[in-house]
Amino acid sequence: MRTAVIVFPASNCDRDARDALAKVTGREPIMVWHRETELPDVDFVVIPGGFSYGDYLRSGAIAARSEIMADVKTKVEKGLPVAGFCNGFQVLTEAGILPGALMRNRSLKYICKPQPLTITNTKTRFTSGFNGQKEVVFPIAHHDGNYFADKKTIDRLEKNGQVVFRYNGNPNGSINDIAGITNEAGNVLGMMPHPERAVDPLHGGTDGLALFKSVLGALQ
Amino acid sequence: MKAIVYVGLKPGVLDPQGRTIAGSLQNLGFDEVKSARQGKVIELDLKSENAEAAEARVTEMCEKLLANTVIESYRIEIEA
Repeated sequence: MRTAVIVFPASNCDRDARDALAKVTGREPIMVWHRETELPDVDFVVIPGGFSYGDYLRSGAIAARSEIMADVKTKVEKGLPVAGFCNGFQVLTEAGILPGALMRNRSLKYICKPQPLTITNTKTRFTSGFNGQKEVVFPIAHHDGNYFADKKTIDRLEKNGQVVFRYNGNPNGSINDIAGITNEAGNVLGMMPHPERAVDPLHGGTDGLALFKSVLGALQ
Repeated sequence: MKAIVYVGLKPGVLDPQGRTIAGSLQNLGFDEVKSARQGKVIELDLKSENAEAAEARVTEMCEKLLANTVIESYRIEIEA
């Protein structure tokens, strides 16, 4: 599986994403600078965490309007699998690729801790490899993770099974404890927790491996 | 020509910063404060010469970048 990681100014989980993808696929991903206008020919793209453009204006707002994101949008519509973690999720909502918005945490505090989650849909291309495991622990590290969408959108997400991860013990005020969602077609995942930071025993856990293996399995 | 854009959370969207500001003002004895909403102000210096056309362009800027209309509303003032 060929993969790519998009890099914006002040992305800071791009190398975590690279290591996770290299570990699972056995191939180094292509690191794509945000000024590129076209994605390389890959099977899976990660939009990494961080503080792209210093969170200026709104988290993810400037990155969502960068040159490369126009091509990401086009290829997402053709079915390209894409996952955004943390700031990547914010970028995907700001780009209009995923519905809703990530607001300031209810506590107004930056939260950084291991977070237990429930996988609420195990039939997606991102979660099919968890083999019945329903609870995982991924790190969270964010200030703007409070998921919001209007009631109609939330109802639609719930009805379609697009809510893939829910917090056990809501840390940030997200509606319905939503930690991660897919788009309607199911080829795009956005989530605030960091599976790419849970792929090595030295990380304190390896629950994230199954997510990347799911994507790999779904593509084979 | 100058445009001033006010961006704030839509009514009904919880504004924890505004709530904290209101609480702090009440603690300082400003009992008349019922609530507070926090937003941001963006000042634009424009080359435009026609106020009406400028407002239309700034509206487009709000929709495309300056506001996230999922959670925010905006108001534009044009200054000649």
